[in-house]
Amino acid sequence: MLKVKNLHASIEDKEILKGINLEIKPGEVHAIMGPNGSGKSTLSSVIAGREEYEMTEGEMMFEGEDLNELDPEERAHKGVFLSFQYPVEIPGVSVTNFIKTAINSHRKAKGQPDMPANDMLKMIREKSEMLEIDRKFLSRSLNQGFSGGEKKRNEIFQMAMLEPKLSILDETDSGLDIDALKIVANGVNKLRSKDNAVLLITHYQRLLDYIVPDYVHVLVDGKIVKSGGKELAYELEERGYDWVKQETV
Amino acid sequence: MELKDKLVSSFLAFEENLDPNDNLDTLRNEAIRNFETLGFPGRKDEDWKYTSLNSVLKHDYSVFPKKEDAIEYRDIKKYLIHDIDTYDLVFIDGIYSSHLSQTTHDKIDVCLMSAALNKDKYSAVIENYYNKVAPKTSLNSLNTAFAREGAFIHIHKNTQADKPIQIINFATGNESALMLQPRNLVVVDENSHVQIIERHQSLTDHPVLTNSVTEIFADKRAIVDYYKIQNDKASASLIDNTFINQKSESHVSVHTFSFGGKLTRNNLNFYQNGERIDSTMKGVTIIEDKQHVDHNTLVHHIEPNCESHQDYKGIFDDNSVGVFNGKVVVEKEAQKTNAYQSNNNILASDKATINSKPQLEIFADDVRCSHGCTIGQLDQEALFYLQSRGIPRKEARGLLMYAFANNVLESVKIPEVKKRINKLIASKLEVDLGFNL
Repeated sequence: MLKVKNLHASIEDKEILKGINLEIKPGEVHAIMGPNGSGKSTLSSVIAGREEYEMTEGEMMFEGEDLNELDPEERAHKGVFLSFQYPVEIPGVSVTNFIKTAINSHRKAKGQPDMPANDMLKMIREKSEMLEIDRKFLSRSLNQGFSGGEKKRNEIFQMAMLEPKLSILDETDSGLDIDALKIVANGVNKLRSKDNAVLLITHYQRLLDYIVPDYVHVLVDGKIVKSGGKELAYELEERGYDWVKQETV
Repeated sequence: MELKDKLVSSFLAFEENLDPNDNLDTLRNEAIRNFETLGFPGRKDEDWKYTSLNSVLKHDYSVFPKKEDAIEYRDIKKYLIHDIDTYDLVFIDGIYSSHLSQTTHDKIDVCLMSAALNKDKYSAVIENYYNKVAPKTSLNSLNTAFAREGAFIHIHKNTQADKPIQIINFATGNESALMLQPRNLVVVDENSHVQIIERHQSLTDHPVLTNSVTEIFADKRAIVDYYKIQNDKASASLIDNTFINQKSESHVSVHTFSFGGKLTRNNLNFYQNGERIDSTMKGVTIIEDKQHVDHNTLVHHIEPNCESHQDYKGIFDDNSVGVFNGKVVVEKEAQKTNAYQSNNNILASDKATINSKPQLEIFADDVRCSHGCTIGQLDQEALFYLQSRGIPRKEARGLLMYAFANNVLESVKIPEVKKRINKLIASKLEVDLGFNL
């Protein structure tokens, strides 16, 4: 599904990613772990198409298509979804209307008519119940005044509505208490299928207790220095990132 | 001949044609002399530093339009708020159109200024209020000299106007260039309430210059909500002069929606002559091409315990120019004043300009006065957020600008007006409103 080869990326001429190789197949869950400043969020931004980041070398193919050639919205239409570490507050646009606009933009890109209002409402009800989201919450302005947990839950709600092929969850566990974390993880697990994939980006192993990865990659200084199964996460938790750093020197 | 000279020399002929009952002869003569002395304001005047009238004064305007030209209701329906019942005062090239209007004298007076000026029945009101709050600026004087027609609205004590009042001035383009001087007087007695919608609309591409003066008097506990819809053609310019005198515990709000026209200048002054007064000024400006919109506001806090709220938002695209000059004066006696002013702008193009100038003159020591002004581009992070959800860049921009402007509408009290403005904003920003935000 996603094939990243020798990916180099910079922001304002500062190289952050220094040759990433990563392949994600349908049905898989990958976790990228790493210390602060290792380039984890940069990787998610580059895949989703954030403008400030420039891909300087390598390639990034999604289902046979060069992602670097596509605008962020086109990547979304192909099935790439990024759950933001810091979701943006947008006063004046309600959660419901935002998601309606997003869904109908996807459908328009595929040459389909707008989703009938009844289907939309039904889907919103289903997905919000799955994530235990209060109905009142849906008429509030997008992310405005939301708690950290509400923001993250709202991201997963959008993911549930848009049904992406590849979901990148950037530090989705940060700012969540354990109950909220369980709800969010449960939601993500329910959305998993043999056709879609998840890329978890996290600093801590905690999230991986609830969303169990097939592969764990350790990112240090812009490179994946170690890959393994889910047991690698426990090892990291126990021995810290310095252990991998030392090992690679 | 320059426009000023033409206007001054036309005055004699104008005077001869006046109704013999016109009681304003002295006032008109004083006014034309004042205009002659002052002339049109220029960039040297501090209040006109960022707005030049030169480009609109160069036309050879006709000052005395011909008789009313028939316009069919179906041709102008779209310019009216037509989905609710309203009183309508419709003027065509400055002349009252009876067949398009709906007036009343039942508990409230909603009628023509020409009638009010010439009938004894109204002489007391005219004497007490006409030209009593408008300062003697050159443009006001010009209007006072030539004004013959407009809206006369008198809401008697303890009365709530049963429906909103629309004042619409159409320009037909029968003249190759036309100058209009509408004059409105709104007197709202104690404990009364009225809602007014005003619009100036040109029907062709011929140049039109409107120099409008509106005086509003809100007596004790009166409530006045005034909505100005400015969405005229690129050939039409408007100088709107609106002056409001408020007495104790009155609430007056003026919303100005500026989406079109060549040059628009809004002079809006509030004078608070009483305690516990609330004055609200809100505006949304969305313009492009070479359009120019200037908001020049003044709130004069004269007595204690009053409030004023100003919230102006602007989105400027292409080579458009915006000006905001908001002056708040708090007199020494006006303790416990709460004055709030905010002006936020988005420059949607590198060539657009905004000049924002807050002016606070505070002579009292126990007051709360705040002002804030921002000029910026769209939030790039928000734009990326929307795009990453599949909303194309163009629509994402529109949606963000819509959300930015839209919250000014919260205080619009007539739902149909709110709906109309919402639609105007959406169409200006090319946002498809398949829903209500």
